[in-house]
Amino acid sequence: MNELVIALAIGVLAGSGVWLLLRPRTFQVAVGLSLLAYAVNLFIFTMGRLRVGAAPVVEAAVQVDPASLADPLPQALVLTAIVISFATTALLLVVLLAARGFSGTDHVDGAEDEP
Amino acid sequence: MSLADHAVVLPIVLPLAAGAATLMLDEDRVVLRASMSLACTLLLLLVAVGLVRLADESFATVYRLGNWPAPFGIVLVLDRVAAILVLLTAVLGMAALVFALARWQRAGPRFHGLVQFLLVGVNGAFLTGDLFNLFVFFEVLLAASYGLALHGSGEGRVRASLHYIVVNLAASLLFLVGVSLIYGATGTLNMADLALRWREAAPIDRALFEVGVSVLGVAFLVKAGMWPLCFWLPGTYAAASAPAAALFAVLSKVGVYAVLRTGLLFGTEAEAAPSTGTPWLAYAGMATIAFGALGVLASREPARLAGYSVLVSSGTMLAAIAIGSTPLTGAALYYLVVSTLGLSALFLLVELVDRGRRPGADVIAVTAEAFGTADGEGEEIEAGTAIPAATALLGLSFGACAVMLAGLPPLAGFVGKFAMLDALLEVEPVPLASWAMVALLVLSGFATVVGMARVGVRRFWATQGGSVPRVRVIEFAPIVVLLALCAALTVGAGPLIGYLDDGARALHAPGGYVDRVLAP
Repeated sequence: MNELVIALAIGVLAGSGVWLLLRPRTFQVAVGLSLLAYAVNLFIFTMGRLRVGAAPVVEAAVQVDPASLADPLPQALVLTAIVISFATTALLLVVLLAARGFSGTDHVDGAEDEP
Repeated sequence: MSLADHAVVLPIVLPLAAGAATLMLDEDRVVLRASMSLACTLLLLLVAVGLVRLADESFATVYRLGNWPAPFGIVLVLDRVAAILVLLTAVLGMAALVFALARWQRAGPRFHGLVQFLLVGVNGAFLTGDLFNLFVFFEVLLAASYGLALHGSGEGRVRASLHYIVVNLAASLLFLVGVSLIYGATGTLNMADLALRWREAAPIDRALFEVGVSVLGVAFLVKAGMWPLCFWLPGTYAAASAPAAALFAVLSKVGVYAVLRTGLLFGTEAEAAPSTGTPWLAYAGMATIAFGALGVLASREPARLAGYSVLVSSGTMLAAIAIGSTPLTGAALYYLVVSTLGLSALFLLVELVDRGRRPGADVIAVTAEAFGTADGEGEEIEAGTAIPAATALLGLSFGACAVMLAGLPPLAGFVGKFAMLDALLEVEPVPLASWAMVALLVLSGFATVVGMARVGVRRFWATQGGSVPRVRVIEFAPIVVLLALCAALTVGAGPLIGYLDDGARALHAPGGYVDRVLAP
């Protein structure tokens, strides 16, 4: 059940993200990229397999069975990926504003389509 | 460990420290920042020369960060190919920095920091032995390249950068999907460990792994500029300021290198690798050559012509990798080095050539326009003296670039193309794909000659309404040095091709690499 819910969540996020990414307005593209980044981050997380109630951190003093622990690596990877996508999205927003200021339109090509 | 053992990590640590230090200085400390940046790059150049010699002595040098054993910790691996590429990056960085001293460093306060961080990312991507680490270094170089693409500002640059950033953010997300699929299937991200583990994986995991590598390959190919994923490239490179574009010449090669490295590592001699060795990569590479050559023919502006030449060079590399015999890889690596030097020189030259024309005549975003208000005061404080007979010297250099990129004798481009043709026709019987590649190599050279001759005639012989460009020694010197390096590599082609052949042989037999990395 967990798997189905998270698969649907990733699918909906990625689908909405791709659709928005293909839209002509810069703000839609920025939101689309954010949604895609969320989908990808969740996806990385699930690649460590879904576990409920399993800790990712091993206590040094106690000998425990590794199978009872969650995989910590994807969680660390997700942190890196979140930071990077957050920073690049912030940069994209600045460029988006600059483009709006230069061209006077929020079309991604800097000019409205001819009707 | 002695100090010399840490040399492998220096190409990453040095520019990182210098870049961080320049960020801490006030905006008006231009001279101090420039000298720090130059000193660091000079040091980097010396270290890179040392690394090339180190890689010559030993097969592959493994550097364990934090001294963790290999599959658990992150490793840097220096082999011949990586060493040559780090040296190439340092040379380009030096050329771009010296060129920027004349005026471009004043167009924005963070120029030197961005260049140094770009060097961190590129060197890291060449040296790393870990897939996720590769992602991080890709992001470092991309983040710096976003800043450099925007350097100088102006509407053309902002518009081109918007496309560039969006395309590369989407590609980075694909990169992450690929990496996490590979981790999910095999449970490791160390490249050497992966090369062993994917063969032992269960069929279901094997399928996941192959999907992961394919997605990863798409991300690399976007960066390498393969057709049809390359439409962002010529516009961005043409709009970027000259020193930035000269550095960007090596960025697409990072994508090519990633395809080469992972493709050969995740395949065996007997079995086709999931990401390369497949015919479609060869055909896509050839389509890239054809698209680039058509673009060269269609370009009216020298800057766009240079952008399309990047595609020709990338496509040649990708097709050569995909056809994939060992001597061909060696020859293609030689072509990569010399064509990148030629492209870099061309990007620097283009700005000087365009400077003599009326600002904004039919140019999207070249210097004069972008400088706008800063131009008046900028003229007086520019360093260096103007050189006499500028047009003649620029024309000669442009001709040399054309000869270089088209692959005509006597410069190194010819040697590179000839070595590739030789390697292609060595196999008996010659497969159809190789014949197509031979034809495309010759035809793309012809298209480059026609395109560059036309642009050259229009710029240098039919000058209407333009003034003689004021070119300073400090701007012209990097171009001369880059072209002189090309000439030197023509003379020294034998040793370099021999060195790269050894490198290619090591790439094609990944067993040695794997053993070295995983050795306790």
